[in-house]
Amino acid sequence: MTSSSSSTAAGQDSPYNFAYLDEQTKRMVRRAILKAVAIPGHQVPFGSREMPLPYGWGTGGIQVTAALIGPRDVLKVIDQGADDTTNAVSIRRFFQRTAGVATTTHTAEATLIQTRHRIPETTLRKDQIIVFQVPIPEPLQFIEPNRGEARKMHALEEYGAMYVKLYEDLARHGRIATGFDYPVNVAGRYIMSPSPIPKFDNPKMDRLPALQLFGAGREKRIYAVPPYTPVRSLDFEDHPFQVETWEHACELCGSRDSFLDEVIVDDKGGRMFICSDTDHCARRRQARDAAPAADHRRCCG
Amino acid sequence: MTRDAAPLLAVRNLSKYYGRYVGCREVAFDLNPGEVLAVVGESGSGKSTLLGCVAGLTSPSSGRVVFDSSEGPVDLCRCSEVRRRLILRSEMGIVHQNPRDGLRLNISAGGNIGERLMANGWRHYGRIREAALRWIERVEIDAARMDDLPQTFSGGMQQRLQVARSLVTRPRLVFMDEPTSGLDVSVQARLLDVLRRLVGELSLSLIFVTHDLGVARLLAHRMMVMQRGRVIETGLTDQVLDDPQHPYTQLLVSSILRN
Repeated sequence: MTSSSSSTAAGQDSPYNFAYLDEQTKRMVRRAILKAVAIPGHQVPFGSREMPLPYGWGTGGIQVTAALIGPRDVLKVIDQGADDTTNAVSIRRFFQRTAGVATTTHTAEATLIQTRHRIPETTLRKDQIIVFQVPIPEPLQFIEPNRGEARKMHALEEYGAMYVKLYEDLARHGRIATGFDYPVNVAGRYIMSPSPIPKFDNPKMDRLPALQLFGAGREKRIYAVPPYTPVRSLDFEDHPFQVETWEHACELCGSRDSFLDEVIVDDKGGRMFICSDTDHCARRRQARDAAPAADHRRCCG
Repeated sequence: MTRDAAPLLAVRNLSKYYGRYVGCREVAFDLNPGEVLAVVGESGSGKSTLLGCVAGLTSPSSGRVVFDSSEGPVDLCRCSEVRRRLILRSEMGIVHQNPRDGLRLNISAGGNIGERLMANGWRHYGRIREAALRWIERVEIDAARMDDLPQTFSGGMQQRLQVARSLVTRPRLVFMDEPTSGLDVSVQARLLDVLRRLVGELSLSLIFVTHDLGVARLLAHRMMVMQRGRVIETGLTDQVLDDPQHPYTQLLVSSILRN
């Protein structure tokens, strides 16, 4: 405790303890994280605290981040891929004020990344940690509403019912229509909800060198995918897992291999497709502008 | 059915108490492969409790239930939960009295049948669908209704769907709790037709609970009469119904209308 309070960073402007949570709470959260890392994909209960933001805004992720962050960390916060949306700005400022840490929007510079709904396009390194905000940690919830029974299904590895959802998609739509929060199998054992990231990001979780942590504040659960852990998206033998593709390239940076958002730009049906990962898009544009090639960015509006 | 073959199910000394109330008391019987056993009695006599204990849904207070599984005899009351649940989903099937307990009403009919297969490790959509379709037709549901939700089905169709769902994995033993109650007479007749045909075709071993002696007469080889948690009379169906020995059975038999 003394060690941490003495390590108050220079930029910290707050009457609160370093990173808001008291040291005993951080300790409790860290224990849950250690257990989660030891059992990949298994949901570990923890004593989730009231945080100064509403449930559903990242109370789980923010507690995991608070328990991990140190004065020398560089924090990046993203919401739907963007660094400049309300949720991302608020959480980033929260840690600036309570921990005085450096922040960045550049994925490669960050040591700790808290995210909602996306994994950055830039592949993460082994010295980075990514923290996911999770609304519903239980992948079986929609099939088995009874929590006790769902826990038993996890314990006994009875995951057949999980495929019923995929079956229903195929029977109704002719393809697996689940587009986000697409269930995965972690290390050949637990089935895990990857939080509402698009299934486009699922392959990035597989054998990722960075540690992946998941915090659900309202549901009081923490789970983890340790570095280099195999993560497999569920599918049928005759209907293999596929990610979404676009006919368009990003209209700002021309990327064809990143996740695109469709943005409506006027009320006459005008729309454009742009990268959801704003940092990725900005770096690509910077690189292109630095190069002598002609700028063919389209002006809209 | 040979006499010297090991019984598929051997129940010994089975008792279940709910506090100081008796569910069933010291029940013992054997079920041979391919045999259909009816458990009859008035409501509250312990029929459903007995079925629940034997089918592994509730744990009995004492006694043994030895099931001759594909990997040898297993005492369902003493084996690990993993083993019991594995046997329940692969080698046994249950048709509940209320289709709501046995079906997922928010999942299509095909999905309901397919779930049992997926629970047993099937991961090929085409094959799951093919098997589900075959069983939909086998229980005389229109194949076009395969992707409809069971909540849009009539009571009789829901009950037949339950039958298909529990039989799709070709279990060695099937339990049915009042499968025909709550259905009108013509719908009952159709369900009984389907059941009778399947029992014959698949040489099913079946234990079913009913309060309808007519249904017992139609389906069962043997029957067991229960009163206040005890088995008071057992025997071949015709024997029990035509020559009842116990006063309560006599009362029961005399109470059905004859034409």
